[in-house]
Amino acid sequence: MQKLLLLGDEAIAQAAIDGGMSGIYAYPGTPSTEIMEYIQASKTAKENNIRAMWSANEKTAMESALGMSYAGKRAMVCMKHVGLNVAADAFVNSAITGANGGLVVVAADDPSMHSSQNEQDSRFYGKFAFIPILEPSNQQEAYDMTRYAFELSEKMRIPVMLRITTRLAHSRTGIVRGEQIKQNEISLPDNLRQFVLLPAIARKQYRELLGKQQQLEAASVESGYNRLIEGTDKSVGIIACGLGFNYLMENFVGGTLKNPVLKISQYPLPLDMVNELYESCDSLLVLEDGYPIIEEQLRGMLNKGKTIKGRLDGTLPRDGELDPVNVGVAIGKTHESGEAIPALVKNRPPQLCDGCSHTDAFLALNEALLEYGRGRVFSDIGCYTLSALEPLESINSCVDMGASITMAIGAADAGLVPAVAAIGDSTFTHSGMTGLLDAVNNNSPITILILDNSTTGMTGGQTSSAYGKIDDIVRGIGVPEAHIHVLKPLRKYHEENTAIIRQELAYQGVSVIIPRRECIQTLKRKMRQKAKAKALNI
Amino acid sequence: MKKDIILAGVGGQGILSIAACIGMAALEESLHLKQAEVHGMSQRGGAVHSNLRLSSEPIASDLIPEGKADIIIAVEPMESLRYLPMLNKNGWIITSSNPFINIKDYPEIEQLIQEIQKQPQYITLDANAMAKDCGNIRAANMIVLGAATPFLDLKLSNIENAVKAIFGSKGSDIVELNLNAVKAGRDHALKQL
Repeated sequence: MQKLLLLGDEAIAQAAIDGGMSGIYAYPGTPSTEIMEYIQASKTAKENNIRAMWSANEKTAMESALGMSYAGKRAMVCMKHVGLNVAADAFVNSAITGANGGLVVVAADDPSMHSSQNEQDSRFYGKFAFIPILEPSNQQEAYDMTRYAFELSEKMRIPVMLRITTRLAHSRTGIVRGEQIKQNEISLPDNLRQFVLLPAIARKQYRELLGKQQQLEAASVESGYNRLIEGTDKSVGIIACGLGFNYLMENFVGGTLKNPVLKISQYPLPLDMVNELYESCDSLLVLEDGYPIIEEQLRGMLNKGKTIKGRLDGTLPRDGELDPVNVGVAIGKTHESGEAIPALVKNRPPQLCDGCSHTDAFLALNEALLEYGRGRVFSDIGCYTLSALEPLESINSCVDMGASITMAIGAADAGLVPAVAAIGDSTFTHSGMTGLLDAVNNNSPITILILDNSTTGMTGGQTSSAYGKIDDIVRGIGVPEAHIHVLKPLRKYHEENTAIIRQELAYQGVSVIIPRRECIQTLKRKMRQKAKAKALNI
Repeated sequence: MKKDIILAGVGGQGILSIAACIGMAALEESLHLKQAEVHGMSQRGGAVHSNLRLSSEPIASDLIPEGKADIIIAVEPMESLRYLPMLNKNGWIITSSNPFINIKDYPEIEQLIQEIQKQPQYITLDANAMAKDCGNIRAANMIVLGAATPFLDLKLSNIENAVKAIFGSKGSDIVELNLNAVKAGRDHALKQL
């Protein structure tokens, strides 16, 4: 069969299409975004009526996917690692309800924080929720495991997590596809109380969940994704998880690895396999692309057993992603780097695009705030976070989706008046609306800029749930009409925009200012498409 | 056959088109391939790079180990130097000499070129001017690709077919322009060898 050249994300998407999925739910977030995008662009997905639209946030996505599973169909929900924090309530409880149709939760972690505010390891969540985890070591495995995940989910009646990291998600390679299977027919759960987590039912379901763990561990042995590779050098046994396995093997291209290796790609951990390795070796080295979860468990609190090497004893760096070099050094390979970067090479950080509407909005805000001094602008997650850097240096916080408005409330309560929040349109409907309600109920003296570029920009211009709805939402939540202003953020309106912001900063209540101008990138894309369509007509 | 290639530039300069052409040509020759890209925040006008690995044997790691890259293909001179630690001692640098200046402290271009010329094996070229001569400055990335072709161990015809496939939807004029750009880059590199 012809191989398809696919990103890891796209391999997962293709596997979901081939594997009989009926719907995918997601909020954009690097490095998970391309899964939904691939399905939205897929002709087959359209022909098969696969539901593929962005959700307002990861929690609504997770719940909708759970609903599809309730109705007996296969569903997928995708998010970046921090999105799982947003979806956590639904995620953890979905283990207790269990699944009906196969339910796969893709959590895309970002060790080394290429495009994130932390490097939390989603395997913790899987373990916390008693949900089985699949952690592919390459893109082909990502394809195969996605199909397997739906089967496992239906067989064990439980959601399954597919945990990937940036390098797997965003690396392209040839993928061999399997046959296309049909979607499930609609079918209700056998027990119509399965999803009713009243305490009496939840207690029973929770015991069932705990009871499933042994079978799930057995599946971790039977599936073949975990395997013990024999070796003659028993001084160190190596546990290689996910991508760590590839980095290990990279060090033995054209050579032989003499140490026994336990490749781990499925959890709960197969304890017998771990024990076999432990008993046969003098010490263990654990390679995990993320937190030292297995390593910590093997060491235990007192670390009195055999030597366990990894991130905790300094054999590997404590933070950041694994790579072929740090793994090579951990197994005693020498490393020869190329020449050092010459001193004249300067950093080139990401920046707002030329012509970006956010630049004009922040220039006006900066000027209006001159009389109050710096340090009072709470912001959020999006392209506009780049305004923290030179030359704008406008904002003073970026914590989590929606935190701008609510942090401004707290700061104003503490006496920092005026406090300002700057949040994007998509982020506002993701997690800002409830904060705005708090602000209105509190009559907080804050000025909120909803930077409306009519798209989800940072992740590449996906449809924003907020599109065309912000003004009504803001009014509906109770912000007085007199304190809602829509601005056109352009250089030529700088004076009048600054004057409006200045006037609202002085107001002792909630004001919402909406600088509205389309993202320059999506605008360019539209114009290109338009030109192309026009050329075709002629 | 094994080629580990670092592609470097600034977000929006078209390094992924270069990667796509090389990748497609490599598939045509039934080589194994892995290409790690940078998406998300780091794209916006910042330094971007991609790891492209080709091999007749299966490839393990998505990332090229530091110090093992065979070629750096850069569409921007300062970016070509940023990845020197990745390059092996016998590696080649193929880079455009046209600076993309979007930071305050961008170094003097003469100094950058001198630094590149200190490397044992390099090709520099005025890709913008050469692309203009071919008809459009936007083909500068294909000029650089052309200059890299003598070092790729891939059949030129396969690279050309990839260019045709990738730009095919934009019309025959655009295909022709990009093919000419590849040829101009290649001729330039062959002359420098």
